[in-house]
Amino acid sequence: MVLRAAPEPGLVGSTLMALEIEISKRLPDFTLSVQFSADEQTVGILGPSGAGKTMLLHCIAGLVRPDRGRIVLDGEVLLDTDRHIRVPARNRRIGLLFQHYALFPHRTVAENVAFGLPSLSADERLNRVRALLERTHAAELQERYPRELSGGEQQRVALARALAIEPRALLLDEPLSALDTHLRSQIETQLHETFASFRRPALLVTHNVEEAYSLGERLMVLSRGQIAAFGPKEAIFRHPPNLEVAQLSGCKNFSRMTAVAANLIEAIDWNCRLQIESGGSITSGHVGIRAHHIDFLESHDAENAENNVFPCWLVRSSETPFRITLFLRLHRPPDGSGAHDLQAEVFKEKWERFRRRPLPWHVRLPPDSLFVVPD
Amino acid sequence: MGSFTASHVIVSFVASLAPMDWSPVWISLKTSIVATAITFVVGIAAAAWRAGRASPAMALVDGIFLLPLVLPPTVVGFFLLLLFGRNGPLGKALLQFGATIIFSWTATVIAAAVVSFPLMYLTARAALEQLDPRFLQAARTLGASEWRVFHAIALPLAWPGVLAGTILTFARALGEFGATLMIAGNIPGRTATIPIAIYFAVEANDLQRAIAWCLIDVVISLALLGALYYWSYGQRPSRALWARR
Repeated sequence: MVLRAAPEPGLVGSTLMALEIEISKRLPDFTLSVQFSADEQTVGILGPSGAGKTMLLHCIAGLVRPDRGRIVLDGEVLLDTDRHIRVPARNRRIGLLFQHYALFPHRTVAENVAFGLPSLSADERLNRVRALLERTHAAELQERYPRELSGGEQQRVALARALAIEPRALLLDEPLSALDTHLRSQIETQLHETFASFRRPALLVTHNVEEAYSLGERLMVLSRGQIAAFGPKEAIFRHPPNLEVAQLSGCKNFSRMTAVAANLIEAIDWNCRLQIESGGSITSGHVGIRAHHIDFLESHDAENAENNVFPCWLVRSSETPFRITLFLRLHRPPDGSGAHDLQAEVFKEKWERFRRRPLPWHVRLPPDSLFVVPD
Repeated sequence: MGSFTASHVIVSFVASLAPMDWSPVWISLKTSIVATAITFVVGIAAAAWRAGRASPAMALVDGIFLLPLVLPPTVVGFFLLLLFGRNGPLGKALLQFGATIIFSWTATVIAAAVVSFPLMYLTARAALEQLDPRFLQAARTLGASEWRVFHAIALPLAWPGVLAGTILTFARALGEFGATLMIAGNIPGRTATIPIAIYFAVEANDLQRAIAWCLIDVVISLALLGALYYWSYGQRPSRALWARR
């Protein structure tokens, strides 16, 4: 066993390259009250519109004054309401990418990027601007005005502008929401590149589940100003801590439930008993399953399957180019009211294979895909 | 009969121009330009200070700032007379340095500046308050001082509104009569501006001179406003474009 010196007490919790936040701010409908810290792992902050996401970023950047709290970046105290410390936004060196980019309309791309650069000789300035724009793949746009740029181009310029101040942390407010679908994946790749080379605290706010998952290494779910979940994204998606996080993370199927025996539950709304992998100590709450985890079985498989197989009828369906969403009713044919128990999502290829089969179909809710959340 | 009268007027008008004292033109121009310059700075500063501040006390501030627009110019002039007169608080202080404001050219500038101030203040404030705050916030996160945020971002973005305010200010200053008469009087060659000259020409029953001044006033106004437009839009065409979009 190797003995190591214990870290100095004063340094615990204020390591370099870390952003520590503990703030509260009264808003018209609720109080934004969060406490967390971020290191070089990008945090995706997911929440519905009006959950306080933008306000949180503005508090960190110094644009909005929290009612009380403390913000520490790289060991430097940026805000401490108890000690009356409040570093103004201009001295925080925190890069903020605004939702609609907020490029200065009266300045060219080069002038926008140069705005945050310290005073330099004209040559050096030009080199820095070019290097920054190359880093975000926007070098050819230098002489243009923002109104002459597409959404994706504006995004890249705004990112270059935010990076010009050599930020100690990067905050991105809905970086992809203003973009067309075909641009998203391209910009997403570039953001991955940026985060990979940045290696400092980065927070990314979005209302889009896929964006939060793909861009964040860790995930925070914000709801009405409170942190509903915070941790590794895989864990949060696999085992949401509560119903709200499960819903916000995009899960569509829920039923009230009570525990019957170890790993056996009664799903009240689905009117069935389900084997689950592990329910912990939850005795009542909700059981959920994601739409794409629902399995459609061949009829002979259905007879042999060991558990969680139920007959179902199709109520209606809705299509996207490659997938189809099936609204299903368990145990009995539709009653005409349009009510459904489950929402399943399958690729069209698979759908083509079983769509002509006579009803009822058989679905299986795999125990390892079911999760339970307490009330 | 009618044509005889018209040509008679024109002939005597041209004849009357020759021996005319042109000093009111220069006094009017000098006064309006200096007053506009002062109002431009003070009005925008007041607007920038006021924009984004909302409190009941600000209603009182607004009331005071807008008084010169609401009150009859003679009342404004009378207040200025009380303020700058021998026994007025400002007049007394200035007298100690040997300066008298009343009935001097400076008084014409003060009258024009005070009366035109609300126009600059109102339009500049409206323009500044309509700015998207994210532009200013972005500048702050990029390390800009409040002064830089103002002159590099807010002012250029509010420029169309500020320009409109400047034009209104200049027009008001050029036409100022009531307050000027109260505190500057009619001293030919020193305080007699065109509007004052017109009034006293009419009072002296010198209609031809009055008409001459009126026409000259129209020409000057049109020429200067035209020049102002030309200068402001011609100066930075690429930058003015975004605002017209």
